[in-house]
Amino acid sequence: MELLVASAIGVMTAGGIYLVLRLRTFPVILGISLLTYAVNVFLFSSGRLTIGAPPVLSDDVTRYTDPLPQALVLTAIVISFGMTAVAVMIGLGAFLGSDDDHIDDQPEPRETEGQP
Amino acid sequence: MTHWIVAPIILPALLAPLIVLAARYHIGIQRVFSVAGVVALIGLAAGLAWQVSDGSVIYYRLGDWAAPFGIVIVGDRLSTLMILLTSVLALFVLLYAIGSGWDDRGRHFHALFQFQLMGILGAFLTGDLFNLFVFFEVLLIASYGLMIHAGGDARLRAGIQYVLFNLIGSTLFLFALGAIYAETGTLNMADLAERVRLIAPEETVGIRVAAVLLLLVFAIKAALVPLHFWLPSSYAEAPAPVAALFAIMTKVGAYALIRVYTMIFPPDLEVTAGLHDVWLLPAALVSLAIGMVGVLAARKLDRLVAFSVIGSMGMVMVAISLFSPTGIAAALYYIVHSTFAGAVLFMVSDLVRTGRGNVDLTTQAPMIGAVVTAGMFFAGAIAMAGLPPLSGFLGKLLVLDAAFDSDLMVWVWAIVLSSSLISILGFARAGSIVFWKAHSVEQPEEPVPDTDRPATMSYVAVGGLFTLLTLHTVFAGQVHGYTTTIAAQLFAPDAYISTVLDTPGKLSKPQEGH
Repeated sequence: MELLVASAIGVMTAGGIYLVLRLRTFPVILGISLLTYAVNVFLFSSGRLTIGAPPVLSDDVTRYTDPLPQALVLTAIVISFGMTAVAVMIGLGAFLGSDDDHIDDQPEPRETEGQP
Repeated sequence: MTHWIVAPIILPALLAPLIVLAARYHIGIQRVFSVAGVVALIGLAAGLAWQVSDGSVIYYRLGDWAAPFGIVIVGDRLSTLMILLTSVLALFVLLYAIGSGWDDRGRHFHALFQFQLMGILGAFLTGDLFNLFVFFEVLLIASYGLMIHAGGDARLRAGIQYVLFNLIGSTLFLFALGAIYAETGTLNMADLAERVRLIAPEETVGIRVAAVLLLLVFAIKAALVPLHFWLPSSYAEAPAPVAALFAIMTKVGAYALIRVYTMIFPPDLEVTAGLHDVWLLPAALVSLAIGMVGVLAARKLDRLVAFSVIGSMGMVMVAISLFSPTGIAAALYYIVHSTFAGAVLFMVSDLVRTGRGNVDLTTQAPMIGAVVTAGMFFAGAIAMAGLPPLSGFLGKLLVLDAAFDSDLMVWVWAIVLSSSLISILGFARAGSIVFWKAHSVEQPEEPVPDTDRPATMSYVAVGGLFTLLTLHTVFAGQVHGYTTTIAAQLFAPDAYISTVLDTPGKLSKPQEGH
């Protein structure tokens, strides 16, 4: 299972980084979503992978899974969900306004002459 | 346990929804609430700063859960200095926003402004790394709204760059936190400081990766070269009062760096040896050089100011990356100075925009109110370039003095001094093109439409910041003395750690009688 989880994180991160390096808004937002999925699984596994154990601490429970990473992942999911929505809206606004979804700065038109 | 320390976070957090819900359509009431809130924040911050000025550490346990399990809000000399700086800056930024009418050009400016303050103050006060991430997100999501306030294509395009860059930064932060938790099993800063020391030398791979990732995250926030690409367009396109408030945002990165790399990964720690002097210092020197060259190369006044912010952050990071008590003390003195100086220059750049309709570095006919604006630009440029008599000169002197014992002393002195010269040239070039040569151009027959004399309150805001800069210069001895005591406290973190960890609270069971 460790190999599966680790390679899933690796593949998603690699794909995310590739997409983030594109020049247009849509692939970059997809790439960021992939990266957040990767980081969520990574956070989840940071409390060690345990199968079939409850996430509670109690005196009579001897075998349990770490509950804190689950709380962290929940926070991270909510935040990344909201952030992606904001990024989509701003990206859409920028695209509709300027009819261009390039993400990098376009070269400024050079002034022809006259100015120092 | 004092409850006051959590008030700077609670107050804007309550005020913002109140403004949205109760005063949605009344800009006048919004302004009153917002200014009253910020004035109250200054009072709170000053009280807290006075309370910890004797070197004590005050803290607040959320939900009364004891430290490694619950989240703690901690105030020491450094964090209270930063919240005082933030709230004072926020007051003048708010006055400028109201005076120039920026807050009325889109909706929800004041609510977003309060949320932004909540995020910044929370980031300064929290004692938990994951909570630091959450407050980073709070301040970022509010800053996305503020950044595209009043709309416009260019602003939205710059906004999407800013948002995406910061989203990548947040993802990196989460990776770093996951790695830290996997290695140590805690995210409380004080607890981490103890546990990182106990990691055996042959098992440090994970924690070293985490330390480098965290450094990258904070370097993105602090706009350190080569992670500075988000800053010039976003600061230049953001509304002027927002850009002025953003002057404190880069300092959040600097603060987090100081906090984490003096307490959790101190310079004498074997694990992260070499991170400070081998990687951070050269990057800081390059930022300083690139920022100041950008000042000389900029073709618009707002870009010029944005690059000067990068340069001044480079100077702050040079001082920080020495990681000596004198270096941190100099960095803190310079942080206060560069926050005010950056904010002043963004406001002056907006005054130029108000006076003549654009901020291109081209010679145009004299603008309305040119005399006062030119004077303010002159004084702001002196402060930012670090010429006497203003505090930039003293700050630079302190940094140079702190670098005297460093191995890279020659490099530091050479780059600091030559970049100062370049920035003086850059500011002089911009000032002479915009203000001085303006009289050589024929006055147009009819005045340019949509330009108006800036409101008096805008001048009051800029003048107020100048007064603070002057006070920062006049009382430089006292301020530097205080920053020295801050640095001393940072390099002896045992009092902080024991206060946070050794105070009992309820653990896993409710207290008796509840």
